[in-house]
Amino acid sequence: MSRVGDRVRLEARVARKSFRTASGQSVSVLANLSFALEEGETGALIGPSGCGKSTLMRILAGLDRDFEGSVHLPIHGRVGMVFQEPRLLPWRSVEDNVRLAAPNISETEVAALFAALGLSDHRTHFPGELSVGLARRTALARAFAVRPTLLLLDEPFVSLDAPLARQLQRDLARLVESRGMITVLVTHDLDEAIALADRIFVLSARPAHVVDEIRVTTPRAAMSDKERKTIAGRIEALRDAP
Amino acid sequence: MTRLISLVALFALWQIAAHFANPRLLPAPMAVLAAMRSEAASGALFQALGVTLARVAAAFLLAMAVGSAIGYAMGRNALIDRAADTWVIVLLNLPALVIIVLAYIWVGLNEAAAIGAVALNKLPVTVVTIREGVRALDTRLDEMAHVFSFSPLKRLAHVVAPQLAPYFAAATRAGLSLVWKIVLVVELMGRPNGVGFEINTAFQLFDVPLLLAYALPFTAIMLVIETFAVQPFERHVSRWRPRAA
Repeated sequence: MSRVGDRVRLEARVARKSFRTASGQSVSVLANLSFALEEGETGALIGPSGCGKSTLMRILAGLDRDFEGSVHLPIHGRVGMVFQEPRLLPWRSVEDNVRLAAPNISETEVAALFAALGLSDHRTHFPGELSVGLARRTALARAFAVRPTLLLLDEPFVSLDAPLARQLQRDLARLVESRGMITVLVTHDLDEAIALADRIFVLSARPAHVVDEIRVTTPRAAMSDKERKTIAGRIEALRDAP
Repeated sequence: MTRLISLVALFALWQIAAHFANPRLLPAPMAVLAAMRSEAASGALFQALGVTLARVAAAFLLAMAVGSAIGYAMGRNALIDRAADTWVIVLLNLPALVIIVLAYIWVGLNEAAAIGAVALNKLPVTVVTIREGVRALDTRLDEMAHVFSFSPLKRLAHVVAPQLAPYFAAATRAGLSLVWKIVLVVELMGRPNGVGFEINTAFQLFDVPLLLAYALPFTAIMLVIETFAVQPFERHVSRWRPRAA
């Protein structure tokens, strides 16, 4: 438990998380996995596919409580989450989707958020009328609208074409830096992790644990290509290791 | 427009058939209209329609409310589903006539027995339809609502109800026609008024124009409810679906 006066931080310690398969076998997904993030930090989880990243995100979001260990969330935590699919309510407009999640948001805030994400012209549209990119932007807007203390992003840009993904990454980086919350990002994309994160947690294959933690100390904007390549090389080396 | 033409065709066919048939067995539309006019003039037609409509509304609302609640609980909870499933199947396969006769014997020849018996006939159909809808609910949207801390009321209004709307419309449509048919049987067997009672009288007198004079207006009312209430409701709740160009 945190004492009064502690810094706002996220601490996850998962001793063990397992699933029971249809045939009755127990499969370990996460084992002795722990990491922590301080206020204002962004952490990226990177690892082989199927290693349990999404399972970990569900635990952080409070959707899965069936595990051994503990998750310490920021006090008075409001969680904003962007799922792998946008998960919008198809029968509510873009604006209503955002306002339902954040009932106390002011008109000024809504306008600013929609402007920042290029959604101003789509407020009254239903999700079925949006392109994939716009739907993902709406999901981002919804997550930011709740003014989260913990923002969870589960591969938010997967299946988007590269230029659009880069554009959204830039928008996201701007919003993350203007807020001061804790962000956890799951991604397959090394460049995305390096561009957005302060700490990169490299996960092993199943049962997943943190193999290495890489701090990205250089301010994102000032980072040189060489530094970027060094970090990428380090992660690649870990990935190839048995 | 198409509906109007098909309605006119039906009347034309009736007129032609009546021309060849015994007028005592199949009266012409005009003869039925005359019978309707005389019943309307005495006020008996409207009184019977009003009483029957009230019974239909009461039994329908009762069956929809209770049936939706049970169906929702069964769709959400596997234990309740297993426990209540047998009851639902028994009720679903119990002939309407058996339920009506038993209700009159056990409860008495009164309004409560009549409306209860009709509602009980409609109940399992509502339960099964709503349960199907609840089983098809998108768990991913449930999780979204959980993460964003939607209140139970907000979840019901914005996440659950829109997904159940088509099932609700289906239960309404199938329910109205079923309820009105059974209400007539209930009235015929044990009520001193209503369309079913008047039809029984017409049957005793072998008066086919009178029989049709009571049956047709009610069918027309149902057609109006379907066109001006059920269908607009369906259009309203599905307005978010992108229409094919």
